[in-house]
Amino acid sequence: MGLNSLTLREAQEGLKAKKFTSQELVKDCLDRIEETDGKIRAFLAKNPLALKEATENPQGIPVAIKDNFNTSGLETTASSNILKGYLPPYDATVVRKVKENNGIILGKTNMDAFAHGSSTETSDFGPTKNPWDLQRLPGGSSGGSAAAVAADQAIFAIGSETAGSIRGPAAWCGIVGLKPTYGRVSRYGLIAMASSTDSPGPLTKTVGDARTVYHWIKGQDPHDATTVDQGEGTVKEIRDLKIGLPKEYFRPEGQKEVNETVWQAAKVFERLGARLVEISLFDPQYAISVYTIVQRSEVSSNLGRFTGIRFGHGRETFNAENKRRIMLGTYALSAGYYDAYYKKAQQVRTVIIDDFKKTFEKVDLILAPTMPSVAPRLGVTQGQSMYGELADILTEPSSVAGLPAISLPCGFVAGLPVGLQLIGPLWQEEMILKAAEEFERNTAWHKEKPKL
Amino acid sequence: MKYTPVIGLETHVELATASKMFCGCSAEHFQAPPNTHTCPVCLGLPGALPVPNKRAVDWTLLLAEALQCQLNTQSHFDRKNYFYPDLPKSYQITQYEKPLGENGQLEIAPGKIIRIRRVHLEEDTGKLQHTQIGSDRVVLVDFNRSGVPLVEIVTEPDFRSLEEVDLYVKKLQRIIRRLEISNADMEKGSMRLEPSISLSGDEVPVPLPNDQLPPYRVELKNINSFRFARKALEYEIQRQSELLTMGQKVLQQTRGWSEDKNATFAQREKEGEHDYRYFPEPDIPPLEFTPEELEAIKHKIPELPYPRAVRLINQYGLSDYQADLLTENKDLADYFEKAVTTAAKNVSPKEIANWLINKKIDIAKLSPQALLAEIASAKETTTISDEEMERMVREVLAENSQAVADYRKGKTQILGFLIGCMVKKIGPKADRNAISQKLQEKLRVS
Repeated sequence: MGLNSLTLREAQEGLKAKKFTSQELVKDCLDRIEETDGKIRAFLAKNPLALKEATENPQGIPVAIKDNFNTSGLETTASSNILKGYLPPYDATVVRKVKENNGIILGKTNMDAFAHGSSTETSDFGPTKNPWDLQRLPGGSSGGSAAAVAADQAIFAIGSETAGSIRGPAAWCGIVGLKPTYGRVSRYGLIAMASSTDSPGPLTKTVGDARTVYHWIKGQDPHDATTVDQGEGTVKEIRDLKIGLPKEYFRPEGQKEVNETVWQAAKVFERLGARLVEISLFDPQYAISVYTIVQRSEVSSNLGRFTGIRFGHGRETFNAENKRRIMLGTYALSAGYYDAYYKKAQQVRTVIIDDFKKTFEKVDLILAPTMPSVAPRLGVTQGQSMYGELADILTEPSSVAGLPAISLPCGFVAGLPVGLQLIGPLWQEEMILKAAEEFERNTAWHKEKPKL
Repeated sequence: MKYTPVIGLETHVELATASKMFCGCSAEHFQAPPNTHTCPVCLGLPGALPVPNKRAVDWTLLLAEALQCQLNTQSHFDRKNYFYPDLPKSYQITQYEKPLGENGQLEIAPGKIIRIRRVHLEEDTGKLQHTQIGSDRVVLVDFNRSGVPLVEIVTEPDFRSLEEVDLYVKKLQRIIRRLEISNADMEKGSMRLEPSISLSGDEVPVPLPNDQLPPYRVELKNINSFRFARKALEYEIQRQSELLTMGQKVLQQTRGWSEDKNATFAQREKEGEHDYRYFPEPDIPPLEFTPEELEAIKHKIPELPYPRAVRLINQYGLSDYQADLLTENKDLADYFEKAVTTAAKNVSPKEIANWLINKKIDIAKLSPQALLAEIASAKETTTISDEEMERMVREVLAENSQAVADYRKGKTQILGFLIGCMVKKIGPKADRNAISQKLQEKLRVS
């Protein structure tokens, strides 16, 4: 095993103790990419300067960045042909912060084009494969980032979630994915999908690494008016936690084995002293409609800029999924329909937010499966334009409510990873991380690696 | 048949903030080299986000308050989606649902009130330049103006004449300049007008209930000076009344102004109107103000030109005309009041006002003290005895017998010439009134 399989903490400690150099660390990752990416296809543009940057920075840590983050001078396409060849003149705030913390960008990772999907199959440059089974999907939209970390091509990766796009692929690829509170991490330089729910976050090999990266990238940004200067809440010991298991999230149409695996994993928290309670939440199926309308509406406006100034190619290069979303969003915002769709969706969104608020008066955290099933086979999204929304049913309600959540490995079904998610109240990332870390310390699921 | 015009006005004013509405670029764009004041935000690059300019928000509140608007404790920005080459994001960030100010008014003449429907804040677009490079006809885009803060002031259709429009624009301009939030210069495009006009055959009271408005409305757009706006309105009154007289309908339209043809022309029918797909801008949190914050705005409003004019009339006995001219700008009014407070008793405020207005005093060069000294010295006269005056008048009349004859034939204006002859003899500070009286007396008797 090369240095590429190290966690972020191990890599930092090794560099500090001079056990190896940053160059060696970067080289091992590049070799691993060379060796495996023909099969996995996690990467799009690679940074030709990565090794050189490593020679200049003895503390350099190799990182993979989702392709919807602007990277100055490094091709940024959001996996869309329309941006093919586009070299941004600036770094996204998250990218700048990662660089300031010694991140060395290996390259940009594949995703659903403009993040329109939950499979990475809508990428204009071909799908990414799940390292656990190359016939299966990695999830999405941050599929490339999740696969890169699971396959040890990078020490960690940056992704973004609009509804499930970090947690989903983290669950299906058997790694940790943290989706921070909306407004906690700057969106400046992140090519917008749905502006009101986009949240950048880390995809890592351990909970501790997720916390480290989260601390790097969080905070108010003068370039993003929706970021907030907000402290962390008080962190409770696990024996003082009351964890709610919403019965609506263990769905009958979901995979039975996944539901059972997550139930079993929940008992770990109980053994550690937490109290488990069954709760009832607003049925997550309503969040699908809310999310679909709000997201498509915002997409239809956000993608308008690609019809004016041409960054790469003409608007005819939008793919079918992009066009479907633009059309639906345009319709939902049109005069005469706005009240029935967009406005109504925002009203129901308020109901969902209130439902969570009330629930968090009774419990500290919510525990549920991240995805209702393990990773499905490639091609499953064909002809199913609502595939993503249905697959993300368990992450959408908390996303439209802006809540923080983490997905972490909690078992396997037929050799494929299962993820559980912990959802917390607004701004309570530290409470989530602490509980997740306790779980990780008492389980070994995160140590499992796919055989490639 | 005589028709009454029913006119409403949308006015756009560029705020004179140092930076643009949603980024840190310089908001100065007049004569700057093209595309030098730009960044990812005002170019609409992928991933860029808008951050509102606090000063622009404060200034808009100030203007809304000065126009007696109700200031909303909750306000927000909306996206107005449309495609045009000067709009790089393909949407303009503006205010639709909840503007900063609503339901205000401006009194343009005693008792004549124009209701203000709303005062809201938005961003300006880039500028298109239609030109030729070599043999190619091209359209160039300059994004220096893209994202400059723009306040829009919308009135109700309360104008019934062009004169009222003139008064409104003049008053509004003065208020904006007094608040020091824009130079409101129409020639430089920092103040732009978009009138809408229809004609009514009936008496049209103000305010007019919505259901009594004429059944159509012609909007005049993209008119880049006040002079042209006025011409376009005059043209429309003529055009529409001809149509109505012939029993024809006037179409609901957007029309532009052609300087060459000296006429308005149709740009867009109602059917072709955009659906802007407005929705709340998700990149900017709603603006919230406490009642205390809004109350504080009221105390930031300085004495405005019109109330000041009223005060100058009451306090110093100035005429309407004098007060109006002196309050055209704050510096002139300040200068006047400074001079009044330091003036000696024998110099009246009215005299000071007259000097300032008639002699076109350059207040930047002449201090109020120096002005008072000039007035005082002008009032000093050389006094001479009655006998001397008598003698000199006789001399002058004898020396100018032709002039005397002309005067007696009725050319009374020749008196001025004779006075001049007297002044030459006595000196520049001669008392012209006394001379005039004596001359007239002598011319009558002999």
